[in-house]
Amino acid sequence: MRTFDYTRVRGLEETLAALGEPGTQPIAGGTELVNWLKEGIEEPRRLVDINRLPLRDVGFADGVLRIGALARMSDVAADEIVAARFPVLAQSLLLAASAQLRNMASIGGNLMQRTRCPYFRADTAVPCNKRAEGSGCSALHGDTGAAAIFGWSDRCVATHPSDLAVALAALDAVVVVRGERSERRIPASEFIRLPGDEPLRHNELRAGELITAVEVPGGAERSYYLKVRERASYEFAVVSVAAVVRAEGGTLTGVRLALGGVAHRPWRLTAAESALVGVDLGDTTALRSALAASFTEARPLAGNEYKVTLAQRAAVRAIQEAAA
Amino acid sequence: MTTEGLVRPDGPAKLTGAARYAADVPAESALAAALVSATVPNGRLAELDAAEARDCPGVAAVLTRADLPTLAELPSPPLGYPALPLQAEEIHYEGEPIAIVLAETLEQAQYAASRVRATYTGVREPIAFGEAEDVVPHSGHVLGGTDEEKGDAGAGLAEAHVTVTATYTTADRHHSPIEPSATLAWWEGEQLVLHSSVQSVAVAQQTMAALFSLPPEHVRVVCPFTGGGFGAKGYVWPHLPLAAAAAKVSGRPVRLVMTRAQMFTLSGHQPATRQTVSLGATRDGRLTALRHDSVNASGRAVDYLENTTHSSTWLYASPAIETRMRVQRVDRPGPTPMRAPHEGPGMFALESAMDELAYELGIDPVELRLRNEPDVDPMTGLPFSSRRLVECLREGAERFGWAERSPEPRSMREGNDLVGWGVAAATMDTFRAPSSAKVRIGADGRIVVETGMQEIGTGLPAMVQAVVAETLGCDPGDVEVRHGDSGFPPHAGTMGSMSAMGLGSAVQAAAREVLAKLDGRQGQPLAGLLAESGLTELEAEGRWSPEEDALAAGRSARYSMHTYGAIFAEVRVDADFGVVRLSRAVTRYAAGRILNPLAAHSQLTGGFAWGYGQALLEHSDVDPVLGRFVSKNLAGYLLPANADLPDLDAAFVEDDDRFANPLGAKGIGELGAVGVAAAIANAVFHATGRRVRNLPIRLATVLSEP
Amino acid sequence: MNQDTRLSLTVNGEEREIEIDPRATLVDALRDRVGLTGTKKGCDRGECGACTVLVDGRRVLSCLTLAVTVGGAEITTIEGLAGEDGEPHPVQRAFLESDAFQCGFCTPGQVLSAVGCIAEGHAGSPDEIREWMSGNLCRCAAYPQIVAAVSKAAVR
Repeated sequence: MRTFDYTRVRGLEETLAALGEPGTQPIAGGTELVNWLKEGIEEPRRLVDINRLPLRDVGFADGVLRIGALARMSDVAADEIVAARFPVLAQSLLLAASAQLRNMASIGGNLMQRTRCPYFRADTAVPCNKRAEGSGCSALHGDTGAAAIFGWSDRCVATHPSDLAVALAALDAVVVVRGERSERRIPASEFIRLPGDEPLRHNELRAGELITAVEVPGGAERSYYLKVRERASYEFAVVSVAAVVRAEGGTLTGVRLALGGVAHRPWRLTAAESALVGVDLGDTTALRSALAASFTEARPLAGNEYKVTLAQRAAVRAIQEAAA
Repeated sequence: MTTEGLVRPDGPAKLTGAARYAADVPAESALAAALVSATVPNGRLAELDAAEARDCPGVAAVLTRADLPTLAELPSPPLGYPALPLQAEEIHYEGEPIAIVLAETLEQAQYAASRVRATYTGVREPIAFGEAEDVVPHSGHVLGGTDEEKGDAGAGLAEAHVTVTATYTTADRHHSPIEPSATLAWWEGEQLVLHSSVQSVAVAQQTMAALFSLPPEHVRVVCPFTGGGFGAKGYVWPHLPLAAAAAKVSGRPVRLVMTRAQMFTLSGHQPATRQTVSLGATRDGRLTALRHDSVNASGRAVDYLENTTHSSTWLYASPAIETRMRVQRVDRPGPTPMRAPHEGPGMFALESAMDELAYELGIDPVELRLRNEPDVDPMTGLPFSSRRLVECLREGAERFGWAERSPEPRSMREGNDLVGWGVAAATMDTFRAPSSAKVRIGADGRIVVETGMQEIGTGLPAMVQAVVAETLGCDPGDVEVRHGDSGFPPHAGTMGSMSAMGLGSAVQAAAREVLAKLDGRQGQPLAGLLAESGLTELEAEGRWSPEEDALAAGRSARYSMHTYGAIFAEVRVDADFGVVRLSRAVTRYAAGRILNPLAAHSQLTGGFAWGYGQALLEHSDVDPVLGRFVSKNLAGYLLPANADLPDLDAAFVEDDDRFANPLGAKGIGELGAVGVAAAIANAVFHATGRRVRNLPIRLATVLSEP
Repeated sequence: MNQDTRLSLTVNGEEREIEIDPRATLVDALRDRVGLTGTKKGCDRGECGACTVLVDGRRVLSCLTLAVTVGGAEITTIEGLAGEDGEPHPVQRAFLESDAFQCGFCTPGQVLSAVGCIAEGHAGSPDEIREWMSGNLCRCAAYPQIVAAVSKAAVR
């Protein structure tokens, strides 16, 4: 870890001014940044401790749930409004990481997580275009079992690891970010970026900007987060599904679905969402064929064809659980 | 068997943070060490640029090959890997240390280490397991023969009514003790002092003395507590000689703590195996032939043999048995024994094949095993010293409710879950090694036992208290156990499931000697006896060794001497996702007399978790291009977590093996990890109809079409 | 060259002024600067839970906490858990009685995590304890005994 200057800030303007300086990184829970520092993934000259900024509140007003970026995962999951009106959100938080990490990690920091691809996380530098532009993608010749089936490029086949981001994508949430001059509102489903030709750009946050809040519209009482993993706890998803549904008399009238573990951003199943309207909830075969509409564009690699099957089955289960 | 019994005397220290592990030992003016590791799997080091690192704040030195003393050459074992780092330009494996950075603080040392640049020459594409030639191994890791044969297996298979032949694989796995290996080293003139995380202070002392050409008494190794080892700290790995050499060169104490990533390359692993088992049987389920071939991965310069096929020579009666083991020398760090070695991977193959045979024959898998129970050792003809496998199978089946099982695969379903029941036998070889201990009685009647053994979690201090209490008729709490110093009477090591036998017998001998010297009887107050003898203090040393004609690793030449068990597992497999969860398990074991029921029970449930990890979670993959373990961390390499394990019904059947040692005890540390993977795989077959022959059982495999 | 900054840390109720490298994590600060080695470093990456301590009463991982960020906070380590008279904490007592540890290396983290788990109200059933204690790996796998110990301590 390279040494750095450490400063505590208390106000947003002060923070944004500090972040405007090159080589400056904000630190909140530290559960991701400290690991990057240890691996040399990031080598900032200056760390700005933003934990004392007044961005911890969780509140529901005018039909919108607003979560301060510094609210801790455990606190948001335990919030009564979140638990009652946005079960998918609470579930995505509680199925992530461990109790200790959830006590530490902030909502904004959660969205800033980078991939768990083992080559990106390697103890010594190995070819990885997310570590060093142009160094290559080791995963392409190595273990592709955990790789993406959607939206990957020949530069990077990694997936993003956030459970929360998947739930927020299905909820049509917005990530609110502030720069020195302006505020931007980025759809949660687009905040984390596909690798394309720029795998080093992990997300849409620009230099000098800070996530200040996440806003979630409306309620989503009938919603569910399903996480498939091999270890019973404390593991990133193999595949996950966030489902938000409306139904009348056993028939789907509206569905929003996002997948985790299949791409380097939460993967909305927009084609399937349309096809699912009018489908009987008890008709698993019909649910499956409606879902297939979104999987024609799946491009599995040699080791991860199973995810195509798994993701569709998980989506069916999540829809049924959400409606139950 | 109850779990009531002895509370661990080491408990209060461990529960309050007072127990000192190697990295906890304070040392004035100690330098923090950080290693720089090779990033290629072979070739030679061409250039090492340490200029930037040397200029980093706090750096005392960057040591390269030129700075280090030349160490004596030793084989593996006792070294983990026979080529020590910084002794040659050749790179033996990815992760091999190529420089040591010494600095005032850990932060400074680690940063400077990241600033050392290396270039390499002659690097070629790595050779992976499966691509090299199968060779007959030659090393101290070969226990007994690599090839054993009785009768004509070819003929036995030809005349069988039913045969089963299948190939099974087990994955590369890492021990991953939660305590990373660590050494604090300093020199007092020609005296070397080492506080090190090891499974044997005796092995460390002898080996370090040999490496540095010192008499053993010039090396002191201290290790009262080891934070888990499971084999990773059994032999001598680079942290010991590198810390000692760095301390010698720098003239200051050096503390070298492995990073978690370094634990994946510098403390061994259980190598992948590929095993083929052929079974022939008559229609009524009697074996006519058993053939078991095995090959495992090893390093380029080391022949580590996973002795997988031994148990196939003694477990079932068969007129013809043929076994063969080979290794492949490939590009990777050195493997080493890991809980449970040998039978751990080997019994997955044999016990899966037995299940396949049971289905082919239409015979219940418990019944099939009972029908092939031998009277004498099938290979050697030797009598069994004690064998209670039948009791384990019967008692376990009864407790589990096995009779209720519907044999057809996919015949038990609850909601989305396919439910499956599986069984497997377990067995472990009985290794034994010498041990010694001193028992001292003070004028106040206090009893002190000293032994070189380290406390590694197996509960040996409580066992020592129990043996002394039983022999002298005193209260276990009256016995203070001091341990983990090469200045104490030597103990072979906490490995190979040998400690209770050796140490227990040595302690018993010492305690009896005390009584004999006092001309006393069990239960008489010791202070009084001492006073009557006109003494203020009395001590006696006890030793125990296996009988003189014992084979390598203390195995018996006179008896077929093993431990046994039976595992019954219930799994639930999500029919849509292929995720396997264990919902309950019953295990029964026969392992001689149990000296400390509480710790023994914990050992067996702990061992079960190792089998669970082998079955469902643990795999370290070697990258085919980079020749490195892909995920050197505990997020990528998954150990079982608390939520993985249900309540386990684990217990012992009555057993006592006076041929093994005077106490009648045998080893249990590894037995609990054996057979679990086969029982789970067999349960997965019963649940799903999908026979998984490759460990771990991944959901992708369960989901895929057979 | 000295890059250290001064930091005031309150550990187990005692305020201490230490010189600290801003890079130092809390686990290293406790072990190397404060001299409290009961807090263990298992993975240094937030993947095992061995370094769990309480910061302002919440269980957190000290290997992912930069020490400079907790200046002024109340830190509780395994050394500070016993009562003032040295009486073991109910969780420590339950661990001893239930044989909820083996090698002891993950144990300080398990004990502090258990204190947090009970305080959070997540020790209501064995299944709940299993899930909420899963952030603490135990390679000896004393898990069934840990669940029993946490259950026992929770009702005390």
